[in-house]
Amino acid sequence: MKKILAILLTVALLIPTFALADNVVKIGVFEPSSGDNGAGGKQEVLGVEYANTLKPTVTIGGTEYTVQLVNVDNQSDSSKAVTAAQELVSSGVSLVLGSYGSGASMAGGDVFAEAGVPAIGLSCTNPSVTTLCDYYWRICFLDPFQGAVMANFANSLGAKKAYVLTMLGEDYGNGLGHYFTQAFEGLGGEVISETFPEGTSDFTAYINNAVNAGVEAIFAPCATTYASLIIDQAASMNVTFPLLAGDTWESSVILEAAAGKKVDVYVSTFFDENDTSGPASAFVSGFKAWLNENADKKTNNGGNDIVAAVSALGFDGYNVALAALEAAGSIDPADIAAALPGVVYEDAVTGSIAFDEIGDAKKDMAYVKKANNDTVAFDFVKTQSVAGLE
Amino acid sequence: MFNQLLPYLLAGVSVGGQYALIAVGYTMVYGILRLINFAHGDVFTAAGFFMVYLMASMPLGVAAPLVILLTVALGFTLERVAYKPLRQAPRMSVMISAIGASYLLQNLMWYVTGGLAKQYPVLPLLSDSVQIGAASTKVVTLVTPVLTVLLVVALQLLIKHTKIGMAMRAVSVDFETSQLMGIKINSVISTTFIIGSALAAVGSMLYFTNYSTVTPTVGAMPGLKAFVAAVFGGIGSIPGAVIGAFIIGICENLIKAAGYTAFSDAFTFALLILVLLFRPTGLFGEKTAEKV
Repeated sequence: MKKILAILLTVALLIPTFALADNVVKIGVFEPSSGDNGAGGKQEVLGVEYANTLKPTVTIGGTEYTVQLVNVDNQSDSSKAVTAAQELVSSGVSLVLGSYGSGASMAGGDVFAEAGVPAIGLSCTNPSVTTLCDYYWRICFLDPFQGAVMANFANSLGAKKAYVLTMLGEDYGNGLGHYFTQAFEGLGGEVISETFPEGTSDFTAYINNAVNAGVEAIFAPCATTYASLIIDQAASMNVTFPLLAGDTWESSVILEAAAGKKVDVYVSTFFDENDTSGPASAFVSGFKAWLNENADKKTNNGGNDIVAAVSALGFDGYNVALAALEAAGSIDPADIAAALPGVVYEDAVTGSIAFDEIGDAKKDMAYVKKANNDTVAFDFVKTQSVAGLE
Repeated sequence: MFNQLLPYLLAGVSVGGQYALIAVGYTMVYGILRLINFAHGDVFTAAGFFMVYLMASMPLGVAAPLVILLTVALGFTLERVAYKPLRQAPRMSVMISAIGASYLLQNLMWYVTGGLAKQYPVLPLLSDSVQIGAASTKVVTLVTPVLTVLLVVALQLLIKHTKIGMAMRAVSVDFETSQLMGIKINSVISTTFIIGSALAAVGSMLYFTNYSTVTPTVGAMPGLKAFVAAVFGGIGSIPGAVIGAFIIGICENLIKAAGYTAFSDAFTFALLILVLLFRPTGLFGEKTAEKV
């Protein structure tokens, strides 16, 4: 019996290799579906999957290929990201999309570089993702810009003293916190920085420290699991100053945490759901309909049909990947890597995408939004471009 | 000065009370089975999710008792499935089974909830804000330590003055002999898990009212700290676990007040090492060294 079982299992393992048809191109989706960033990772994957349903095939060098998405879970963890990246490489993907979370992207970047597989970062904003890795491209803006946007915004709200709260040892938060501090001090403000250890749930002490220091704004770029606790506890302590954060906070988790409470939450992000320009509005309505048709997809989006900016980036990332495959005219990772610098994708829903020499998209626009505590949605506040920064 | 410290102390006492309710579950199971039930923190988390899902469709008066019932059922099943078959196995096997059960529960919760953080429902009265001196906090902060102490006193009475309590004490002193004396080991152990899980369920209601986000891994850190509290107070001793939990909760917050925010967790675990070095049996632990 055991022998038969063993044979069956072995056969089962071999089936995927045989089942492959000839004309298939594999795109790796390198995202967390568990860990602190699991929620955001899933929303990013949704964008990729939706794009895949619209364009399931791609014509490469005159032949039509079916696109197969290979999903791995990097568990929001830099050490597990390496294994996940290796899994993608060994499954023979032509290029990779992701990851949500700069830390995981950097860890995976080494593996992709070694294997010569190009990767396109969707929402990882830490500059080191592309500067330290020649095989990483990116379609969103960077933290120095985002930090400056929020520092300028805090300044425009009249804040002269800010409290920066980040998680100990997290690449994204520490990087963004650093750039915010730089920009805010450049504007003549004062910054108090503190860090909290992973797994913290009691933030009252931190908020107390901020209140006692007399700050006029809190900037807390961190995972949404912590963010909702910070918002809730700040609200119950009746803080009078606003809470600010970067792109991670643009999530339905934040909206639910702030719903019905007396607290002002501002975020900067890549995309505005209410953007009425051509590609964006078509994407928003199509994506919402797709979520409402597929119950499990809607669950992955947090049980509602609010379009997260990372989903929009996932959608754009997939299309950029197809554009790169078409430009390369081959499914060989080396050819794609050679073609990527020249790829320009005009119809992106988050704004036209073209790469600079480092591999970053030339994006110069961020959206500042405010969580509306009554309607439980994000209200558009303003756009901020590089040119408008002080 | 006092006005500045007050909010930290309040938070400390409240956190301590929550750790205490979890720590009691650890210490009771250890006292009887000599097993560190690593899955206890996850049972606590599951109680949080039960509340989130139940409150969506029924009033608090029905949901709260049901949450306790479901959590108890979970704790009971956990013991029957993961620990009971290993009763005669080496202790290490049970320990590994406990770690496995912990990850199984965690991943099941990932699967069911989709990994997104869930907002804990607002419990009337407990969630209201209250002003104490210069500090503003939730009512639950004040209720937690009182309720914790009441529950633990009741538990002590149960252990000291009832038949099942006597059986528990007997089993914790000598497992085999009490079995020979006709004590039904399995029902005593089940009762232990039932009490531990019920306390974890109550603890979760207090905890999540204060920290209203439930994620599958949210129980890991409080679970770990509660475990440290249990060791600190002397694992196996219920009053020890409670006092240990309050000490840890208050110290942690005072350290944050002093500005060493990054070290608050380091402190907890440094304390664990120090206790193990200088007083391996903890504050109230059994004095006799156990033969291994």
